Amino acid sequence: MTMRIFIPRDAGAVAVGADDVALAFEQAAAAAGKPIEIVRTGSRGLYWLEPMVELATPNGRVAFGPVTPGDAPSLLGVMTSDGPHALRLGITDEIAWLKRQTRLTFARCGVVDPRSVDDYRAHGGYRGLERALGLTPDQILVDVTTSGLRGRGGAGFPTGIKWRTVAQASADRKYIVCNADEGDSGTFADRMIMEGDPLVVIEGMTIAGITVGATKGYIYIRSEYPHAVTAMNTAIAAAKQAGFLGSRIGGSAHCFDLEVRVGAGAYVCGEETSLLESLEGRRGIVRAKPPLPAHKGLFGRPSVINNVLSFAAIPFILDNGAKAYADFGMGRSRGTMPIQLAGNIKYGGLFEAAFGVTLGELVDEIGGGTLTGRPVRAVQVGGPLGAYFPRDLFDTPFDYEAFAARDGLIGHGGVVVFDDSVDMAKQARFAMEFCAVESCGKCTPCRIGSTRGVETIGKIINGERVAENLAVIEDLCNTMKFGSLCALGGFTPYPVMSALKHFREDFGPAPATLQAAE
Amino acid sequence: MHMARVEKLILRARMTSPYEPWDEARGAEIISEHAGLEGATLVILHALQEAFGYVPEPAIPMVAQALNLSRAEVHGVFTFYHDFRKRPAGRHVLKLCRAEACQAAGGDALAARAEARLGIPLGNTTADERVTLEPIYCLGLCATAPSAMLDGRLVGRLDEARIDALVAEAQR
Ligand SMILES: Cc1cc2nc3c(=O)[nH]c(=O)nc-3n(C[C@H](O)[C@H](O)[C@H](O)COP(=O)(O)O)c2cc1C
Ligand code: SF4
Ligand code: FES
Repeated sequence: MTMRIFIPRDAGAVAVGADDVALAFEQAAAAAGKPIEIVRTGSRGLYWLEPMVELATPNGRVAFGPVTPGDAPSLLGVMTSDGPHALRLGITDEIAWLKRQTRLTFARCGVVDPRSVDDYRAHGGYRGLERALGLTPDQILVDVTTSGLRGRGGAGFPTGIKWRTVAQASADRKYIVCNADEGDSGTFADRMIMEGDPLVVIEGMTIAGITVGATKGYIYIRSEYPHAVTAMNTAIAAAKQAGFLGSRIGGSAHCFDLEVRVGAGAYVCGEETSLLESLEGRRGIVRAKPPLPAHKGLFGRPSVINNVLSFAAIPFILDNGAKAYADFGMGRSRGTMPIQLAGNIKYGGLFEAAFGVTLGELVDEIGGGTLTGRPVRAVQVGGPLGAYFPRDLFDTPFDYEAFAARDGLIGHGGVVVFDDSVDMAKQARFAMEFCAVESCGKCTPCRIGSTRGVETIGKIINGERVAENLAVIEDLCNTMKFGSLCALGGFTPYPVMSALKHFREDFGPAPATLQAAE
Repeated sequence: MHMARVEKLILRARMTSPYEPWDEARGAEIISEHAGLEGATLVILHALQEAFGYVPEPAIPMVAQALNLSRAEVHGVFTFYHDFRKRPAGRHVLKLCRAEACQAAGGDALAARAEARLGIPLGNTTADERVTLEPIYCLGLCATAPSAMLDGRLVGRLDEARIDALVAEAQR
């Protein structure tokens, strides 16, 4: 009998050898005369086990990992006989790290063949769209709104309200825009879902299209993600072929088409209005709001612009009802968040969980602490504009408001762990450097302030007039915070000020000793 | 740039790189292929760079004309984005992730090691024009950091041995 073997094509798995492993399995099977079928999937998100290879069995899939090409012959033997092997991890769904998650958005990622509409449908795909096609736009809007879904790109704006604004606008054309710029360090969930279950993004965008009356959508993917670009384009072609994109979607009267556009290495183009400028073929200079993109967005037309994960959450909501989604979470953060554990971490990967899990649980229990085995000293949450948290704040629950109350943000859900060798003054300087390099240049506090910040923190690191320069930094951060048009300049103070506040000792001698010395 | 140098680069590009040498007719063909798209500027600049390895200066006014934009506008777009090259890169391009997750996993020391081995700081090309070493800010491989990309091939879990191997491969 032909064995079905699943090997990820996810960029993260490929970066640690998944392509070589797939080739080794083909060769080993040919040499042993065993018929196998290799399905290239996305990743399950247990990256310390990648490349992770799975075998279909009557009891469910069995996982092996981390696999090297040299393991292929012995693994094939074990797969045939169902015998023991050092790399055998047991039934995949029973792996504790996976079992502990609540996978609503990522339910199919790593399971299905991302290029197959049939496989997608066999795993519950397109049921959300099918239900949506039987509803009025208003009914869909009620579902999206009562699900409590908030934008997963960072700002946490209620998705239902955004869609309603676009639905109510009248125009000759409207657009759906998917923000796949994912520039935050420590985040990779957009990449994973685009590579592992691209059709869920397509389905979510299609539902948005029929809800607000848009017939064209764009997916703006950063150029650092060539694998995701290929995966999305392939899935778009497959969806068209199957009648789920183009005219008469799913046999209905609706039309919807999608096109992928590739960014060109500018972090600021993740900001929604900068992204729109870029899509229109211009420099990614941030636009002043109002007008909101919902009123005047792409090419001046009303546009829904959402993060990849926001769109990817929609099919579940439409399929299972708003309540099924809203039942998860805490406070005003409803549903699940695909959290990404990264940096110096033992068990790094994608952990989708209901809001409310604490930072400490994520870092210590789920993440297993640092990979180096040294103590965790700082955790940056929410990308380069997110605050650094010390261990004292590990009781903070993953929730938009709870993080904001502690001068932080959850952003796109990236958690980057640092051990005790980190120099927080250097991290603060890097935050300023990044802002200086990536600033679109429109506002002075961001453009000039960040460069000034780099110099000033440099002086502090060199021990020059530390107290005085720290005051300059504080001042500068205030100016940037209140005088910037967008969050690049406005939030860069978060990593800087949190480093200063929680890790003061890394910025030279404390003020008291300093005064005494001077 | 000095004309002789340009010619040398073009010659080199012809001999060793997967890219085509600049050719006006070919440039025009690429431009017209995409000129009908909405907001085509980035798409065209990407396509030109994919064909020639950089965006040749004479292409800028051609793009402007095809899209009914001013030269300055197209030039402004070209310079705004980090991806677009004014001149061909080295034969191999090694990009090292310098963002936070990779810093946390020891990326600083590995970047310094690559710089030392190649004898150039990040953002430069070796004198023999074999290797361009560049920083990149996140490849989305942050759970298997530190990460790099050599000519489009992704490499995660970098350590000293892996970075040395990548540098050696790039120098070949
Ligand atoms: C500098 C900057 C970078 C951003 N980068 C991204 C990004 O990469 N992806 C994203 O979805 N949102 C990003 N955002 C947020 C977007 O502006 C916007 O809020 C989001 O796309 C809206 O979608 P959502 O409501 O689904 O989150 C960024 C914002 C700023 C200020
Ligand atoms: S804050 Fe910075 S990036 Fe944002 S609009 Fe102003 S200059 Fe541009
Ligand atoms: S920070 Fe280096 S890959 Fe994301």
